Amino acid sequence: MKAKTLYDKLWESHVVREEPDGTALLYIDRHLVHEVTSPQAFEGLRLAHRPVWRASANLATADHNVPTTDRSSGIADPVSRVQVETLDQNCADFQIVEFGMNDPRQGIVHVMGPEQGATLPGMTVVCGDSHTSTHGAFGALAHGIGTSEVEHVLATQCLIQKKSRSMLVVVDGPAGPGVTAKDIVLAIIGRIGTAGGTGYAIEFSGQAIRDLSIEGRMTVCNMAIEAGARAGFVAVDDKTIEYVRGRPFSPSAQHWDQAVAYWQTLHSDDGAEFDEVVVIPAAEILPQVTWGTSPEMVSPVSDKVPDPRDEADPVKADGMRRALSYMGLEAGTPITQIRLDKVFIGSCTNSRIEDLRAAAAVARGRRVAESIKQALVVPGSGLVKAQAEQEGLHRVFIDAGFEWREPGCSMCLAMNADRLEPGERCASTSNRNFEGRQGKGGRTHLVSPAMAAAAAIAGHFVDIRDLQV
Amino acid sequence: MDKFRTFTGIVCPLDRSNVDTDAIIPKQFLKSIKRTGFGPNLFDEWRYLDHGEPGMDNSTRPRNPDFVLNDPRYAGASILLTRENFGCGSSREHAPWALADYGFKVIIAPSYADIFFNNSFKNGLLPIVLNAATVDQLFEQANGSHALELTVDLDAQQIRAGDAAPIGFDVDAFRKHCLLEGLDDIGLTLQHVDDIRAYEVRRRQQAPWLFE
Ligand code: SF4
Repeated sequence: MKAKTLYDKLWESHVVREEPDGTALLYIDRHLVHEVTSPQAFEGLRLAHRPVWRASANLATADHNVPTTDRSSGIADPVSRVQVETLDQNCADFQIVEFGMNDPRQGIVHVMGPEQGATLPGMTVVCGDSHTSTHGAFGALAHGIGTSEVEHVLATQCLIQKKSRSMLVVVDGPAGPGVTAKDIVLAIIGRIGTAGGTGYAIEFSGQAIRDLSIEGRMTVCNMAIEAGARAGFVAVDDKTIEYVRGRPFSPSAQHWDQAVAYWQTLHSDDGAEFDEVVVIPAAEILPQVTWGTSPEMVSPVSDKVPDPRDEADPVKADGMRRALSYMGLEAGTPITQIRLDKVFIGSCTNSRIEDLRAAAAVARGRRVAESIKQALVVPGSGLVKAQAEQEGLHRVFIDAGFEWREPGCSMCLAMNADRLEPGERCASTSNRNFEGRQGKGGRTHLVSPAMAAAAAIAGHFVDIRDLQV
Repeated sequence: MDKFRTFTGIVCPLDRSNVDTDAIIPKQFLKSIKRTGFGPNLFDEWRYLDHGEPGMDNSTRPRNPDFVLNDPRYAGASILLTRENFGCGSSREHAPWALADYGFKVIIAPSYADIFFNNSFKNGLLPIVLNAATVDQLFEQANGSHALELTVDLDAQQIRAGDAAPIGFDVDAFRKHCLLEGLDDIGLTLQHVDDIRAYEVRRRQQAPWLFE
């Protein structure tokens, strides 16, 4: 039998039917729903008098618009409020389980799903959100979809898809000191480019990936989309199975052993062929900081802001010039001399308990620099928040001068009140440094949680390896 | 969805690579629960000098004279010419909604981000991939003192300009069919209800925990 990739296995087990040209109807096991990309889909169902195909395959929460401050008085912005209320109403009407704004299990959809065991190995997982790739950390085929497809999945439990090409990214050897999952994925994007994965499904492998916890793997898969790939995933191993064990939506005792036996087959076979293989020695990866307006514009923290004159490709050089001008940076400035106005620790990339622990380890017993106007810590879900509080992490942050907030997307995309003002510079643990992403004119540098906390303390970037934690 | 017909339109040259969906339609406009009305806020942060919010009267806002959409040469453009990796970033379908609502019917670029590419077809918007050299040539023509007009013929898979040799393009046969016929994907899929049910029966046997 031909050796198969993990992608082959995930794909083949979900094909409902296939046309001669390779267009397939793919079955979807889990559909996650949030308030921003779903209202028009539910409206479409109503207009066409179509029911939801399998309500129990769906799980919803409100995350993008919810305030991260006191929620007892509801949402002040009337437009945001209507959107969140519309989700509540749609879920009630179509009998979809929803963790509403005041439910302790509410959170960023990509933090909440895995935490509930709603994401399982071998599943197809979709959501009207590009960072659905996060769920690939479980050996699942997970990707973002548009609103028309949200409606399609609600109505049919399927998607019309064509198989992507396959790419294997091997991060070889152990990661060096201070190098986290975030640094690994930023370095991968720096290497292959934001369009490097377009048309591919990426399997991440190699010792540095296997060494990561499941949370770290989620960080890596989360940003597969920033490398252009809709889906990124990691083979199942014992860590995956242990993570899933005993969660509310995990298999019951009756089916557990059968599930585990199946999950253990979810890896690429020896000798399986990929359309593209990229090998990156982990030892070459240093803590990363983005300096531009695209995640591929990234450098090791020990480097300088690059010079567009050193770039041979004129289109790229032009993009660099535009980025540096937007970012208000001079070529040749050491990255550690970049001074910050705000710090944001949160988002579906880095707001899980491990991320908060890593940031708290840096913040413990220190103070946020006077020059920092605001340093936010926004846990990914109500359950992450509760866990952090149980461990006393909130005290560490508050004592150091960070603000401790309610869970949600927050300043990752600034749809609620948390945002940058024009010209403000932010060290952010999120995933996108696009122009205006964190507020019009705002300047975003993407970093790991430890690097963000260290930047908050120093007021500028510091090489985490120089810091005694 | 309306059927996609052959048309002739003006080309608007947006000379940037990696244009992301946050730039195409900034997040504050995503709070709408409708599919329409996004056109006036297409490229909002580049197009206007002030900060846009939903519900503003866009006709009175100060425009950025340096932004190509505001150039009178390209008024009424229905073809957007741009660079590689167009539509990267967020999966928001509001991006093709905004482009279509503004009046664009076709985009021409060397490459697109996957989700955006996919979303476009579902909204009657045709994203055409041409090689970088051809895109360069079109930019040169579109940047001239007279706007470039192109005829896009999806059926023949050709772009034509005056007497110049037509430029051919590839398009997935199924997507082409859906665009030309104005077909709704859900309706098509629901013709296969029996297949879906049969799959569920099979799958429930292999992986019962997925149906708990
Ligand atoms: S945290 Fe940011 S990237 Fe993640 S789902 Fe929310 S807005 Fe999107």
